[in-house]
Amino acid sequence: MSKIIDGLYYSESHEYVKVEGDFGFIGITDYAQHELGNVVYVDMPEVDDEVTAGEEFGAVESVKAASDLMCPVSGTVVEVNEALEDEPGLINKDAFENWIIKVELSDKSELEGLMDAAAYKAMIGE
Amino acid sequence: MNNTFYGKLIFELSQNGRQGDLPKGLMRENAPLLPEVDELSVVRHYTNMSNNNFGVDTGFYPLGSCTMKYNPKINEEIAAHREFTGLHPLQNTDTTQGALAVYYFLQTSLAEISGLSEFTLNPYAGAHGELTGLMIMRGYHMERGDLKRTKVIIPDSAHGTNPASSAVCGLDVVVVKSRPDGTVDVNDLRPLLDDTIAGMMMTNPNTLGIFEHNIGEIAKAVHDCGGLMYYDGANLNPMLGKVRPGDIGFDIMHINLHKTFSTPHGGGGPGSGPVGVRAGLEHLLPNPRVVKVEEEDYDYFKLECSDKSIGSISGHLGNFGVMMRALAYILTLGRDQLKWVGPLATLNANYIKESLKDVYELPIGGVCKHEFVYDGLKDKSTGVTTLDVAKRLLDYGFHAPTIYFPLLFHEALMVEPTENESKQTLDEFIRIMRVIAQEAKDDPEMVKTAPHNTPVRRLDDTQAALHPIVTWRELVADAQ
Repeated sequence: MSKIIDGLYYSESHEYVKVEGDFGFIGITDYAQHELGNVVYVDMPEVDDEVTAGEEFGAVESVKAASDLMCPVSGTVVEVNEALEDEPGLINKDAFENWIIKVELSDKSELEGLMDAAAYKAMIGE
Repeated sequence: MNNTFYGKLIFELSQNGRQGDLPKGLMRENAPLLPEVDELSVVRHYTNMSNNNFGVDTGFYPLGSCTMKYNPKINEEIAAHREFTGLHPLQNTDTTQGALAVYYFLQTSLAEISGLSEFTLNPYAGAHGELTGLMIMRGYHMERGDLKRTKVIIPDSAHGTNPASSAVCGLDVVVVKSRPDGTVDVNDLRPLLDDTIAGMMMTNPNTLGIFEHNIGEIAKAVHDCGGLMYYDGANLNPMLGKVRPGDIGFDIMHINLHKTFSTPHGGGGPGSGPVGVRAGLEHLLPNPRVVKVEEEDYDYFKLECSDKSIGSISGHLGNFGVMMRALAYILTLGRDQLKWVGPLATLNANYIKESLKDVYELPIGGVCKHEFVYDGLKDKSTGVTTLDVAKRLLDYGFHAPTIYFPLLFHEALMVEPTENESKQTLDEFIRIMRVIAQEAKDDPEMVKTAPHNTPVRRLDDTQAALHPIVTWRELVADAQ
């Protein structure tokens, strides 16, 4: 049974957005980290990079597979979680606490196209 | 067996000052930086180490997608002939006619087997062959002045080398989604086809061991838009003697001699990835080509270079020793026996698949080709995963199947027995797989901590990927 947090926005490709003001913290869900297995590398964009909804912004590599990270929203990267560079396994410890990038949202209406906790829960069948 | 004293690293067996007693005039001024070990300890150390190896010669090796078939010993004997091993690649062709004949005969044999016109044997491995084939594809379009064609279509179930080779060749990858059984949906393919498509790469049967029944329709659609069809020979084994890629619409292909033609996989090499083309593309093959010249009373072979070629892609003529083995394999079997390779590989895979589907989840029913995929144990309640099953198999002396590939299933466990295995071996594998399924119910913890009888126990994959320790110095540093 994966952890799902109310109040976050979820994408079909298992990323979440936690919104605080004009900013969004983006990471992968607990379900995603569980499916991937032990994460050994996180490929992240750089600060000031532009990201676009529906496009790739990095990749997560686990002992099983490498998976592209798809950005659920558009905006500018204002911070990346540098702790993941040395300890990518933090994502397995707590995927929601250990977000991957912080983005200044350029179009908050994009959030409406994402799922809420209940819809995401239904999608993963839990 | 490696836990003996002599199973230690050779550096750990070394003792300062243990040196031979040579006449002064023969001694170096400064001792070389080598472990100081006596001869008998060296022999014991390496003999112990060789016992830790696992290969096709030690046990059943059902590693899916890799075609780990037996490497007949007669091939080794023939390839070891001094008349061949003593050749130098820069020798004048007057003195290397025998070797050129081997090259030419293997090339024409592969062309006949594949239904194509001509092969180059120069590429060093399968992925190198892919790059060569894609360069020929690009060369074909450039030669016609058709410079818009920069995209290659690849199914999402393809081997990772396909998109990688395309990228190295400077082509953009367009992914076509596959159906649940990994086959290509022609309706998803059609909208992608336009005048920017250089061609399409396919493996047939696909990664799940399923034959692409729509291949005729797919090839026609790609050809109609002006593209070429590339056949990834990774899964050629079940087709051998039954289906020729050239007959089902493919224009270019590579063959992994270490898979289909029984040459050793080795420790990463040497490989050989011959590339074949249909009639009309031969002039693009890499330099040099081995050409047969027919005189009135004798034939001879010469090397030919052309400025229409994609250029040279390897030093000289590739890995010659591997070619010798492949040709020996083809000649040992002969035309009639070679036709049994595909059907027997297919029979063996289907026999295992059907025998275990009551305890292992079979996501795709029906007849498979040379390999198939289970989606883990049927009973998922025990928490025993595909990884645990694979590790437990090692305890019983079997090599593990391929796991967690293809990515289409979460608990993928991919089995490819090859045609070489006897029914007795297959039955024993089936029996052990059943034993493991039962153990998963009776004592899941024991299975989850397997292997228990191997020289090294379960390794920490995560730490190995994050902080690999690959030298003795790193090991010493890590221990301190």
